[in-house]
Amino acid sequence: MDKRDNLIEVRNLKKFFSIGDNTLKAVNDISFEIKRGETLGVVGESGCGKSTAGRTILRLYDATEGDVLFEGKSIMNLNQQEMKAMRRNMQMIFQDPYASLNPRMTVGDIIGEALDIHGLATGQKRKERIQELLSLVSLNPEHMNRFPHEFSGGQRQRIGIARALAVEPKFIVCDEPISALDVSVQAQVVNLLEQLQEKMGLTYMFIAHDLSMVKYISDRVAVMYLGKMVELAESDALYEKPLHPYTQALLSAIPIPDPEVERNRERIVLQGDVPSPMNPPSGCHFRTRCPKAMPECAASVPVWKEVEPGHFAACHLYN
Amino acid sequence: MQNLTKEHFEPISVDLRQAEAIKRPSLSFWSDVWRRMRMNKVAMASMIFIVALIVCAIVVPWLTPQDYFTTDLAGKNKKPSAEHWFGTDDLGRDVFERIWYGARISLQVGLAAAFIDLIIGVIWGGLAGFYGGRVDEIMMRIADILFAIPYLLVVILLMVVLEPGVGTIIIALTITGWIGMARIVRGQILQLKNQEFVLAARSLGADANRLIFKHLIPNALGPIIVTLSLTVPSAIFAESFLSFIGLGVSAPIASWGTMSNEGLPAMKYYPWRLTFPAIFISMTILAFNLFGDGLRDAVDPRLRK
Ligand SMILES: Nc1ncnc2c1ncn2[C@@H]1O[C@H](COP(=O)(O)OP(=O)(O)OP(=O)(O)O)[C@@H](O)[C@H]1O
Ligand code: SF4
Ligand SMILES: [Mg+2]
Repeated sequence: MDKRDNLIEVRNLKKFFSIGDNTLKAVNDISFEIKRGETLGVVGESGCGKSTAGRTILRLYDATEGDVLFEGKSIMNLNQQEMKAMRRNMQMIFQDPYASLNPRMTVGDIIGEALDIHGLATGQKRKERIQELLSLVSLNPEHMNRFPHEFSGGQRQRIGIARALAVEPKFIVCDEPISALDVSVQAQVVNLLEQLQEKMGLTYMFIAHDLSMVKYISDRVAVMYLGKMVELAESDALYEKPLHPYTQALLSAIPIPDPEVERNRERIVLQGDVPSPMNPPSGCHFRTRCPKAMPECAASVPVWKEVEPGHFAACHLYN
Repeated sequence: MQNLTKEHFEPISVDLRQAEAIKRPSLSFWSDVWRRMRMNKVAMASMIFIVALIVCAIVVPWLTPQDYFTTDLAGKNKKPSAEHWFGTDDLGRDVFERIWYGARISLQVGLAAAFIDLIIGVIWGGLAGFYGGRVDEIMMRIADILFAIPYLLVVILLMVVLEPGVGTIIIALTITGWIGMARIVRGQILQLKNQEFVLAARSLGADANRLIFKHLIPNALGPIIVTLSLTVPSAIFAESFLSFIGLGVSAPIASWGTMSNEGLPAMKYYPWRLTFPAIFISMTILAFNLFGDGLRDAVDPRLRK
């Protein structure tokens, strides 16, 4: 595909937190692109740095190192005015439908805030636009004077989506938008996100912690482990032929809806817990739990490499 | 059994927007607080007492013919009677009248100290919490140092420099009084500023002003108001105490503290001179404290459903 069609390019992005005298490498040197109109799924266990990556890409956190390009233009050196304008292009949908809406503001004001900040609409126009956005996410427009606590989790998540859409963004980071919802509501929200993507040509970075959900919605999937990206491929390729032992283990944990296959399948059970990101193992961070670890895995960090066309992995098995 | 045909199983089309209509009347946070507050009898009684106290402090001295300073040596130390409801003191001044002038002073000190604490505390704590890091460290260290100075020392020093009076007492109380408020506000802001709704506002491009005044302060308002309502009684008590030990307002101004002080030696023979101011001090402080407690229960988000 034409390189120009990358909406987002992430270049060697790092985000470290200093905790006391220690450094926590929440995101440690990740690089990837997101193409216009696609959905990039990002998966990994809790604490592996998915949210931090999403937030650093949107410059909600200051990156420790590295660059993020939006339509080929770096956003890291924009001044306050330019950054404010840039924010109209990229938005975020949050994980917790309860914490992500200001409990003291009405739904109308929550959605209208975007319009106020960027001076997009005032008075009657503002009201109409808010109602239009509420309809867009299948909420009753008459509820604009209600407070967030009057809504259910799924409805709140849709309010969060309407807020993000108010500035007509091109790119949205969806940070586990459904993991806090009841299973029955999850599908509704995912379908809504897909419909909106189709209607408005949105590009998503869809963060989740299990692979089964992501497969359904993503064009490509990236797998993260302890602040690093370990594998990135087209969805189908990743599910059919996972290269990295960590991805293989994650996939083997997903139940298959066929009792025959399910019974005879071999499960890769990972040993031990995720090591602390404060002092990850030397070399390959995954080596302490990897069933295929070799001596050189401890010695050197595996390089991020295009093993097959469009299929990247960081593992000594493929060096 | 009835014959069931296909027509019996027509799917009902559900309009999501209709299905999720909300029937309950909309309640804002504060109307919800008020609803809970009304159910708390003790807090409501305290509130009525406080309102009555404020109203009386304003109108009683204005309606009654007596004043608080006219002496009448012929009619000194009179028992409570129809003419002098609470009796008279050793200079023949009407105790009832002096009680309400004293109420004015107590309320002035309480409300003014609370208001100044509020302004300084919210700004100081808000900035420290919002900017965090170095700024926070320096600002809170300054507050700690001020807090470590014994407050009686501050009062005595101030009395030397400034002339004694209500204004001086208010200054003395607020020099260190705002620190409690600043700590509460800072703690709240630190906790709130990493919440997702604040991140959401930042990702929309909100500036510091909007973040602080639209998102952070409104959500910290509950604890701020509770702290405020508990500052009032402690300031009232401090004024009475300072006046009682002779560091407060001076004669002939009536303060519950000075009245108690003057009534103390005469406790045995003319008990009303001590009893009335003492009762008013206790009742007022109790009422403010009970009201503050009720308010805290009413705004506590953990009880919120
Ligand atoms: N503001 C912060 N200060 C210090 N450490 C942080 C901060 N935010 C995140 N971390 C740490 O960085 C690491 C990555 O956190 P992050 O929230 O990005 O993980 P995650 O993959 O999103 O996990 P989850 O699935 O639980 O949301 C964690 O170890 C976390 O404790
Ligand atoms: S580099 Fe070594 S330890 Fe790491 S995943 Fe590959 S085989 Fe396992
Ligand atoms: Mg997360």
